[in-house]
Amino acid sequence: MSAPAPLTIETRSKGTPPTRRIAIAGNPNCGKSTVFNALTGMRQKVGNYPGVTVERKEGSFFGTHGEPMTLLDLPGSYSLQVRSPDEAVSRDVLLGRLPTEPRPDLVICVVDASNLERNLYLVAQILELKLPVVLALNMVDMAEEAGVRIDVAALEEKLGVPVVPMVATKGRGLIELKQAASRSPLPPLGHVATMPQVILNEIEEVAKLLPISSQLAEPEALLLLTLNESALEDLAEHRRAIVDAVHAAQRRLRIEGIDPISAPVEARYEWIHGVCRASLSKQGDDQALLSTSDRLDGVLTHRLWGWVVFLGAMACMFFCIFAVAQAPMDWLDGACTALARWVGSQMPEGDFRGLITDGVIAGVGRVLVFLPQILILYFFLGILEDTGYMARAAFIMDRLMSCVGLHGKSFIPLLSSFACAIPGVMAARTIENTKDRLVTILVAPLMSCSARLPVYALMIAVLIPIASAWVKASIMLSMYLLGLIAAFAMAWLFKRTLLRSETPMLLLELPPYRMPSIASIALRMWERAGLFLRRAGTVILSLSVLLWALASYPKPSRPDATPGEALSASAAGHMGHALAPVIAPLGFDWKIGIGLIGSFAAREVFVTTMSIVYNVELPDKEQTATLRDSMRNEKRDDGSPVFTPLVCIALMVFYVLAMQCISTVAIVRRETNSWRWPLFQLGYMTALAWIGAFVVFQGGRILGFR
Amino acid sequence: MISGDSAALSALSPGDRGKVASFNLPPEQKQRFLEMGLTIGTEVQFVKFAPMGDPLEIKVRGYHLSLRKADAAGIYVNRL
Repeated sequence: MSAPAPLTIETRSKGTPPTRRIAIAGNPNCGKSTVFNALTGMRQKVGNYPGVTVERKEGSFFGTHGEPMTLLDLPGSYSLQVRSPDEAVSRDVLLGRLPTEPRPDLVICVVDASNLERNLYLVAQILELKLPVVLALNMVDMAEEAGVRIDVAALEEKLGVPVVPMVATKGRGLIELKQAASRSPLPPLGHVATMPQVILNEIEEVAKLLPISSQLAEPEALLLLTLNESALEDLAEHRRAIVDAVHAAQRRLRIEGIDPISAPVEARYEWIHGVCRASLSKQGDDQALLSTSDRLDGVLTHRLWGWVVFLGAMACMFFCIFAVAQAPMDWLDGACTALARWVGSQMPEGDFRGLITDGVIAGVGRVLVFLPQILILYFFLGILEDTGYMARAAFIMDRLMSCVGLHGKSFIPLLSSFACAIPGVMAARTIENTKDRLVTILVAPLMSCSARLPVYALMIAVLIPIASAWVKASIMLSMYLLGLIAAFAMAWLFKRTLLRSETPMLLLELPPYRMPSIASIALRMWERAGLFLRRAGTVILSLSVLLWALASYPKPSRPDATPGEALSASAAGHMGHALAPVIAPLGFDWKIGIGLIGSFAAREVFVTTMSIVYNVELPDKEQTATLRDSMRNEKRDDGSPVFTPLVCIALMVFYVLAMQCISTVAIVRRETNSWRWPLFQLGYMTALAWIGAFVVFQGGRILGFR
Repeated sequence: MISGDSAALSALSPGDRGKVASFNLPPEQKQRFLEMGLTIGTEVQFVKFAPMGDPLEIKVRGYHLSLRKADAAGIYVNRL
């Protein structure tokens, strides 16, 4: 079975020594990513761990003698006692539990020197795993600023591992870190916290039962011993005997008066306290001294100013995603159209030309056109994250979000979705809890994105051609509000039913404010853009080609058919006809049905589809008026107009609630790693849209509207 | 044991300080607070409430941590 194994040994035994595998671990906000980026530069690969949606980031760098090293960036975590899939990956890699991931030869633990005590907690746990460790003592400049002096030699002696003081953002200490990481032989194992003897005895008992090497058995046993009841329950299914033994051990400890959950934590902090006492000296009374960060925070989370800054920051971000992105988006759109036109002029007329211009180029164009929004979003997310303001945004919004059972961190993805659900769904990665991340992703497309705007504009124009800007704006605003309310209501519902879970506990570190590094933000933007193009591009492209084919085949029987007749004769046209009875209760006819189907490529395609159906030339600025007029003149068989005000409103409500966007489906598929959730989302949102439009149309009729 | 009275962390006012005395929380939550450094005897300082009155912010072991009132109500401190 395991044929590849000997192969690796063979290749390793020849020539150069094996590449040293290094993992980089640390708390969130300790500058771990900066250290990783500084070491590897652009030599990074981003992917996923098999079977989970946790991102896997690997890079490479060369040691002091040119020897290649691979560096694995572990997700940031506070403890090996895991609470999220990200933290589970960190733990599993360090324990060598993953079949696809060999246990690292060395761990670089990054700690924030200005917050050493808490940062050392994870280090204490990693040292217990009996892995060689190098401590990257990051942000020593900030520590010095705060009056904290660290005696590196004393710290090395107490921890028993090499310590490299550094300022990763300025590149200070990088060479020393590389030297420490490439030194041969590997650094010796460090010191560990002393656990109470009774706990050590129980560790030994549990370790005996574990079918793994003795080096790993003890750390595993300690992790098991400190698991709480619910975590043990989850394990019980597979490891009945072991779980029973752990239960028995925990009982014995409790009889001795030792709480297995808290005693190891307290032992580690006590040890850390000793380490810090020997190596740390503080100048002045830090409680009395207000740092710049504290003073800044006084304003930024102030009862009044906090809101002003928060709303201002969000408005600015929203405006940039919405308005500033418009110019490059139009440019990309225009470039794609021009390219399609040029290719069209160079190729003989026929199906193949249609496939290239209307299928491939238009499809790729629809992906590319989102790129400016995504870049701008990641620029802002990067700034918010790196300055430390993101945590404050969650701090301010948590009260509101917890009303529907979500975490303050769900706010940013939902806000971003007003511009476009794609970056919104991608931004949900900052949410640790899987269920909460899923709920956020599921409701994000209910926020009215910019692609709905042309549809709203068209329907409002048809509805009331000479309305004042005020009326138009208030109709528009109510559509946005409807989406917002629907998103919160559905989040509330999902949190109580399908993805039932407690409102996630809030335990949010508010890191000190820092200057963001533009280079690292640019690197992240570049990385995200690439990911988006690669991940969504393939799916969106193939679905676009499929939609093109549906709208083009079969060909109309008469060769002189108008584009409208051709569309009506195509598979999409037939689907429109087939859809007619389903959407009749909403007041929609088959032509609108075709428009709905075409909208799955992207919502704004509705306008184009409608112009084809009504044989109006491509909708330029003036042609919108023509399209509006032909839609207003459209009559049913009985002579009554199709687009009554009620139908227009029902149609808009449908567009607010429906998930007519294959790009979002594709990105949700990528982000959740399965088809299950995007399909469910498509289903529930379509149902919601149908019900919403039904209630508007039928309810309106009962009330006497037309 | 000489100093001050015991109070829930959520009942402190901005600027108040205390030492963690005990927990009345489910084990999992208690463990998370402990791991974030709120071990028994650790000094904490109440910093402020969020603009909407919840969550709240404390300073512990030199860093700032935010938690909800409901959870803070299960953490008891001896005022300093």
